Amino acid sequence: MCLAVPGRVNEIFEDKGTRMGKVNFGGVVKEVCLAYLPDIEVGDYTIVHVGFAISRIDEASAQQTLNTFDELGLLEDELEELRETDYEKNSQSTASNQAEKIR
Amino acid sequence: MTTDTNRQVAQQDAPQGIDFDSLSCPVPLQDYPHIILGHGGGGKLSSELIEHIFLPAFENKHLAGLGDSTVFDVQSGRMAFSTDSYVVQPLFFPGGSIADLAVNGTVNDLSMSGAKPLYLSAGFILEEGFPVAKLKRIADDMGAAAKKAGVAIITGDTKVVERGHGDGCYINTAGVGVVPTGVDINPTMARPGDAVLVSGSLGDHGMAVMSVREGLEFEAQIESDSAPLNEMVATMLNACSDIHVLRDPTRGGLAASLNEIAASSNCGIVIDEKSLPINSTVQSACEILGLDPLLVANEGKLVCIVPEASAANVLEAMKKIPHGANAAKIGTIVSDHPSMVIAKTSIGASRVITIPIGEQLPRIC
Amino acid sequence: MKYLTEYRDGEKAIRLAEEIGRIVTKPWAIMEVCGGQTHSIIRNGIDQILPKKIEMIHGPGCPVCVTPLEMIDKALAIASRPEVIFCSFGDMLRVPGSKDDLFKIKGRGGDVRVVYSPLDAVQIARKNPDREVVFLAIGFETTAPANAMAVKVAKDQGINNFSALVSHVLVPPAIEAIMTAPGNRVNAFLAAGHVCCVTGFEEYPKLCEQHDIPIVITGFEPLDLLEGIRRTVIQLENGEAFVENAYQRVVSEAGNLAAQAVLDEVFEVTDRAWRGIGVIPRSGWRLSKAYRDFDAELKFSVSDITTCESELCRAGEVLKGTLKPNECEAFGKECTPRNPLGATMVSSEGACAAYYNYGRFVQLETSSSAL
Repeated sequence: MCLAVPGRVNEIFEDKGTRMGKVNFGGVVKEVCLAYLPDIEVGDYTIVHVGFAISRIDEASAQQTLNTFDELGLLEDELEELRETDYEKNSQSTASNQAEKIR
Repeated sequence: MTTDTNRQVAQQDAPQGIDFDSLSCPVPLQDYPHIILGHGGGGKLSSELIEHIFLPAFENKHLAGLGDSTVFDVQSGRMAFSTDSYVVQPLFFPGGSIADLAVNGTVNDLSMSGAKPLYLSAGFILEEGFPVAKLKRIADDMGAAAKKAGVAIITGDTKVVERGHGDGCYINTAGVGVVPTGVDINPTMARPGDAVLVSGSLGDHGMAVMSVREGLEFEAQIESDSAPLNEMVATMLNACSDIHVLRDPTRGGLAASLNEIAASSNCGIVIDEKSLPINSTVQSACEILGLDPLLVANEGKLVCIVPEASAANVLEAMKKIPHGANAAKIGTIVSDHPSMVIAKTSIGASRVITIPIGEQLPRIC
Repeated sequence: MKYLTEYRDGEKAIRLAEEIGRIVTKPWAIMEVCGGQTHSIIRNGIDQILPKKIEMIHGPGCPVCVTPLEMIDKALAIASRPEVIFCSFGDMLRVPGSKDDLFKIKGRGGDVRVVYSPLDAVQIARKNPDREVVFLAIGFETTAPANAMAVKVAKDQGINNFSALVSHVLVPPAIEAIMTAPGNRVNAFLAAGHVCCVTGFEEYPKLCEQHDIPIVITGFEPLDLLEGIRRTVIQLENGEAFVENAYQRVVSEAGNLAAQAVLDEVFEVTDRAWRGIGVIPRSGWRLSKAYRDFDAELKFSVSDITTCESELCRAGEVLKGTLKPNECEAFGKECTPRNPLGATMVSSEGACAAYYNYGRFVQLETSSSAL
């Protein structure tokens, strides 16, 4: 349901009593309503949906999640040999795998 | 159609043999800062537009006669002929305007058959009230674009519609070009094993226009890629005379072009998403609006289908032209799944690239 | 883009899928509730790299698709009026009502405009005081705060030529409806991350308990989805059923309190029909009494428009995972992406549309076996 995109708050201002801001999404700057994030500050990252910032991104959690993925990777490396045989099997079966599901 | 078109340019009272160095203005244009119905009526006002706006902007020897039609010499052999109409809104956008599109669009359509574009026509449909200064800017830009592309606008027409019946300014251009001997490029020629090349980053034009469209505005360093492709095509043909297919992926983007090629040639196409050249800012803008860059319009890019053995040479030739610097091989023609385009995704799976039903719209979901 | 690109790493995605393959021992059917997640799964081909034992069932979480036929017909009636400027999110324009869609109304002279944000519609109302501006306020809990704010701003600033045609739907009642449907096959849910960042997830533990299902709050990028699936599979394999947050960088348990306060003020819970599913009790929001003056349904007296859903359409069963799209008799005949009957064919990511587009490819790839 909901296309929401992360961006960095560049600027905060008031417009007719509503808290607004400019948010930079990877080089694209848009005006966004910040009314629902009364504590957000310039430099913070937020998730924006239909022109509204709805959540402040917790940068520590973000890093932690990425670390989890990396750790999974390390575990993988230890089992590299096993992985390679598995992977070959997996990529060959990709199309038929999908077919099976659709059937 | 040709007769009608040219009758408008060659008004009966239009002066013959314009001397461009000593233009004088019988009724100053500034008396009419906006287009009125009379500018399309074939009388004095029409001639003024021609004299003070179009002739200086398009300046070339073929216009000097101002006959009902323009006569030019041809070589023996095959010719290409194409027409397109331009209704873009807004008329001016980052990196270009309707004027650039009107010239480059038709130059590129001709180039996609391997032709060397020579001459264009220009038909204007103006809305009553359209600022004359804007029309002048458009005409000047068209003249400059034609010069840059090495073509001449040698005939034209202007009509004015009542206020509310148009969107400021519509332009139609048609063009002719000569096809070099031995060149046979058309959408049915793709063969399994051929390489699929694109000449540069995808989606720039569509997102540049989107960035200034009312209600969707955003600030970004995105400029339209509008550019003539004839020089690039000539360079490519020099490098390889056996180019199978050329398309310029305008409306409907790369997705539409590839699907058309796959259908016309009855082949499948597999592209690798990781190899697609897409500017990061264009990608970001697409993320926000929920658009797929593969479906976004380009105005200065081409898709080339060429035998794999020649792919490297052709790619090198493309990269020699400034707006071909980011040219890349993006995929292969296959005999499997005829008339379908499949993309290998970043995680090694595949998805079907379908033709959009209509205009791509921003999504919330 | 920071916090986006990192979660699309192809190599890590394959590793995560392999990790899931190591954990899974039994077949499981997992439903991603949200249309945005379905989009990402299809767009990236995530289901193709998952172990065969895991079946992803695409849920009813596309607000565009589940907006009932009747509401679209009401929208079309309002948009046809000469005094109205009708504003909508882009993806609603092609959604067919019983005869037309908003594009066709626009073609016949209706003033239909695409807006990016609901506040843009309020702005249009401010600029056009002599016209009636109507905003089609659809969406799940994620979109509701934006739509609520538009109505609130209009009221606070006395912009009385603005009104909203509200068709909001809610996730928890939909999960409930799926779990209690006859023949339900869903073993676990990926809850929609962006819904939860507004609502939090305090409502979910009781759903887990009642139906003995794991619910894992999940994001939208390939690594987020795979991580959500991985955690779901671990729960399923261990026979556990609790709420887990796999989208911690964005979602907190309490959700967005400022947004919830405005939602409470502007909206109230109501029964709502879902396209292809039917009425689900207490599954939607409408404007509360204090905001009734801004209800387009009342302002333009379209409440009496009633439309029945197509009898041919079995979208409800597809959404519940009890019917495969190609088992429906209307599939590919009366019902195609160009002329869709139900929710699942309306959106390009709907289960039926995905089958329609992707099925052709799979059929070719596996021509030896019947589809």
